[in-house]
Amino acid sequence: MSLLELDGVKVHFPVKKGVLFDRTVGHVYAVDGVSLSVEAGQTYGLVGESGCGKTTLGRAILRLVDITEGDVVLDGTNLAELPGEEMRGMRRRLQMVFQDPLGSLDPRQNIESILSEGMAAHGIGADREERRTRIREILAKVGLPTGALSRYPHEFSGGQRQRIGIARALVLEPDVIICDEPVSALDVSIQAQVINLLEELQEQMGLTYVVIAHDLAVVRHISDVIGVMYLGGLVEEGPSDTLYAEPLHPYTKALMSAVPIPDPAVEDTRERILLTGDLPSPSKPPTGCRFHTRCPWKQDTLCATERPELKDAGNGHKVACHYAAEIAAGTVRQTVPGAVRPPEAETAPAEVPAPAKPADDGRTADPGGRAGRAAEPGKTAEPGGTAGTGGTGGKSAESAESAETAQGGGTAGTGTTPEAGGTPEAGDAVQADEAADADEATDAGEAPKTGEAPKTGEAAETVEAAEAAESAVTKD
Amino acid sequence: MSTKTEKIDRLAELTAQTETSSGSSLWVEAFRRLRASKMAVIGACIIAAFVVIAVIGPWIAPHSPIAQTWRGDVLPNQNVFVGPRGGNWLGLDHLGRDEFSRMLEGARQTLLVGVVSTALGFAVGAAVGVAAGAASTLGGRAGRRFDSVVMRFIDMMLAIPSLLLAVSVAAVLGQSLTTVMIAVGVVQIPIFARLLRGSMLAQGGSEYVLASRALGVRKRRIVLGHIVPNSLSPVIVQATLSLATAIIEAAALSYLGLGNPDASVPEWGVMLAQAQSYFDAAPSLAVYPAVAIIITALGFTLLGEAMREALDPKLRG
Ligand SMILES: Nc1ncnc2c1ncn2[C@@H]1O[C@H](COP(=O)(O)OP(=O)(O)OP(=O)(O)O)[C@@H](O)[C@H]1O
Ligand code: SF4
Ligand SMILES: [Mg+2]
Repeated sequence: MSLLELDGVKVHFPVKKGVLFDRTVGHVYAVDGVSLSVEAGQTYGLVGESGCGKTTLGRAILRLVDITEGDVVLDGTNLAELPGEEMRGMRRRLQMVFQDPLGSLDPRQNIESILSEGMAAHGIGADREERRTRIREILAKVGLPTGALSRYPHEFSGGQRQRIGIARALVLEPDVIICDEPVSALDVSIQAQVINLLEELQEQMGLTYVVIAHDLAVVRHISDVIGVMYLGGLVEEGPSDTLYAEPLHPYTKALMSAVPIPDPAVEDTRERILLTGDLPSPSKPPTGCRFHTRCPWKQDTLCATERPELKDAGNGHKVACHYAAEIAAGTVRQTVPGAVRPPEAETAPAEVPAPAKPADDGRTADPGGRAGRAAEPGKTAEPGGTAGTGGTGGKSAESAESAETAQGGGTAGTGTTPEAGGTPEAGDAVQADEAADADEATDAGEAPKTGEAPKTGEAAETVEAAEAAESAVTKD
Repeated sequence: MSTKTEKIDRLAELTAQTETSSGSSLWVEAFRRLRASKMAVIGACIIAAFVVIAVIGPWIAPHSPIAQTWRGDVLPNQNVFVGPRGGNWLGLDHLGRDEFSRMLEGARQTLLVGVVSTALGFAVGAAVGVAAGAASTLGGRAGRRFDSVVMRFIDMMLAIPSLLLAVSVAAVLGQSLTTVMIAVGVVQIPIFARLLRGSMLAQGGSEYVLASRALGVRKRRIVLGHIVPNSLSPVIVQATLSLATAIIEAAALSYLGLGNPDASVPEWGVMLAQAQSYFDAAPSLAVYPAVAIIITALGFTLLGEAMREALDPKLRG
C-alpha cells in the first residue's frame, strides 16, 4: 500500500450564470479521472501544459477544492469523505508549497507568526518558547538566519520567501508535501538552490513529495516517478529515467522534443514534434482520446471515439494511448504531415508548417522522414523497454484479431529482438507465439486500416518483425 | 523608486540587523511613505489645525459666540453690517454676535458632526460588510445566500441619492443635531459595507488565505486574523475621505434646516444658511464658513488620497 493513493479523482468546477439565481450552465473538467499512487519517501513529478489541471489536482489532494468524485487515500484514510474538522486535522500530515512565494505569505504577518500559526492550529508545542525553539531549528534547516523571525515577507528575496514557504510546511512534520511549481517564480540561479534544498530535506526527514512543474528538467532532476497530464487526465506515467529515455505517448514525445539539449551537436540533429492547434478548453474536452485533436499520430479508428485507459506497458511504465505500442514500433505512421520535423527542417521558421505538400505526401515514402523514423525501432530495442512493448503486443493480440492485432504482432516482433531475448520473462514465449500467429494476419489487417495497400517500407518492416518474432520463439 | 544609495543603505541595514532588531510591518512602511508625501503632510496640517481649533477654540474665543453683544450696531433690514474691526476680527453677524468667536465654536460642532456620523457609518457599515464577507467566504451555500440578500439591500440604499436618504432619515427622526449625525452616518453605511465586503472577497481568494487553509488554520481565525486585517486599508482611506463628505453633508442638512433647532448654536452649515439672506449686503458672512468647510474637507481628502497611495500594495518595496 502506497502512502498516498488517488483513485479516479475528478474535480469539475460548475460554470454559473445568472443575475439573481445562479444557474449551472456547464462544467470545467479541470481534473477528470486521475489515479496514481505515491510511495513513501519518493518524489512523484507531475508535468503538463498550463491549464491541464496540475494545480487543481494538487489542491484536490489537500481538499482545498471540492473533489467531485473519486478517492484520495493517505495512509489508509480516505480524505475525500472526511468531515471538515477531521480534514483540518489531517492537513498536518499533508502540506503544500505554493508557486507564488510572496502571494502565499500574509504580508501583515512576521515570519514567527507565519511559522507558528500551523503549530497553534494543531496544538503543537506547549508555549511560545517551545514553538520558537522548533521554529529556529527549522529556519536553520532551510537556511534562513534566525534574525528573520521578526521580519516581514516583503523584506526577503524571492528565494528566501520560498524557503519560508517550505519552512512553514516543515514545522508541522508532514508525511507528504505537495510542491506546486515551487521554483517557477524564481530566478534560474535560485531555482537550483531551492530544488537542492528540497532534496536535502527529503533525505534528512524522509519526506514524500508530489512536485508539480511544467519545466521538464526540474521534474526529471528531482522525481522518482513522473506523471504526464493532458487536459485533466494522466496520459503517461513511469519511472523518470524510463519515461525520459523512451516516451511512449505522442504528447509526451512532443513535450520532450521541445526541450533543448545543451549539447549543440545533439541539439542540431534533434527531432522536433510540433503540436498543431491550441489546447482545447477543459470545459469542452474532446471525445475519445483527449489528445486526438492535436495528435500527429491520430488514427481513424478509436482515437476520436474511445478514451484510452492508462495501461501498463511493462516495467511500471503506463500509457494512455490506443496505439502507443505501434507508434513505438514504428508500424503506425504520423498522420499529420510536417508535425514531426526531421532535423534539416529546423531551418524553416518555427511557426510555419513544413512546405506545403499534398496531404498524402506524408504517408507515402518520404526518404528524409523515413530515415529519421527508421532509427526509432532501433532505439526502442533496448533491453528495458523492449520486453514491455512485447508484452502489450501480446496482450492486444489476445483481445482482438483485427487490424490492431496485426500491428500488435509487429510490435511484439520488434520488442523481442535478440537483445531482449537475454532477459526473458515468464510467459514471453507464449506472447511471442501469439505474436507470430498474429503476424499472418498482417497483410489482411493492415489494408482496411489505412485504406491503402501496404507500402513497401512497412511491408519490409513487417517481414523483419516476423523474423524477429520467430527468432525469439526459437530462442526460447 | 529608490535610488542607488537608498538601496545600498537598505542592504546595509538588512545585513546589520541582529536577532533583536525587528522588521517593519506594512503599517510602519506605509507611515514612512506617508511622511514623505507632500499631499499627506499638507492634509495632516490642515486637519491638525482644524482639530486644535475645534478643541481649544471655545476657550480662546475672545467673546461669547451666543450673546448678541453688539445687537445695536447691525441693522440687517437696512443693510447695515459691521465688517472686521478692532475687537471683532471678522466683524459681526446679523444679530450682532462676534463672527470670529462663532467660527471657533462652529469648528467644534462641525468636527463633532463629521466624526460622530462617520464613526457611526463606519461601525455599522463595517459590521455589515464583515458579516456579509465572512458569510460569503466561509459560510457555504447558506452563507452566500445571506450575503446576497444583505448586499441587495445595501445596493438599494446606495441607489438612493445620499442627500435624499439623509433628508428622509432626518424627517423621520425630527429636527436635532443627533438627527443630522445619524442621517449623515446612515448614508455612509452602504459605502463602508460594500467596500469592506468586496475587499474581503478579494482577499478571501488570495493565495495566502489558501495557504492558511492548507496549514489547517480554523476558518474563524482565517477571517479575523488574515482576511479582515488585510481588507482594512481601503476602508480606512474611505473613512478619511468620508469625513470630508460628512462635513459637507452635515452642512447641507443644517442649511436645509434639519439641524439643531436651537439656531443660536453656531455650526458652519447653519451659519452659511443664515448668511444666505444677507448675501448681497454682507457676502463675507457666507464666505467665512464656506471657505472653512472647503479647506477642512480638502484636508481630509488630501490625507485620504495620500493614504490610498501609501497603502497601495503595488508600491510595496
Ligand atoms: N476555481 C475554479 N473555477 C473554475 N475553473 C477553474 C478554477 N480553478 C481552475 N480552473 C480551471 O481549471 C483548469 C485547470 O487549472 P489549473 O490551475 O489546475 O491548471 P495548471 O495545470 O495548474 O496550469 P498552470 O500551469 O497554468 O498553473 C483551467 O482551465 C482553469 O481555468
Ligand atoms: S490514442 Fe490516438 S489520438 Fe490519442 S495519443 Fe494515441 S494515437 Fe494519438
Ligand atoms: Mg498551476
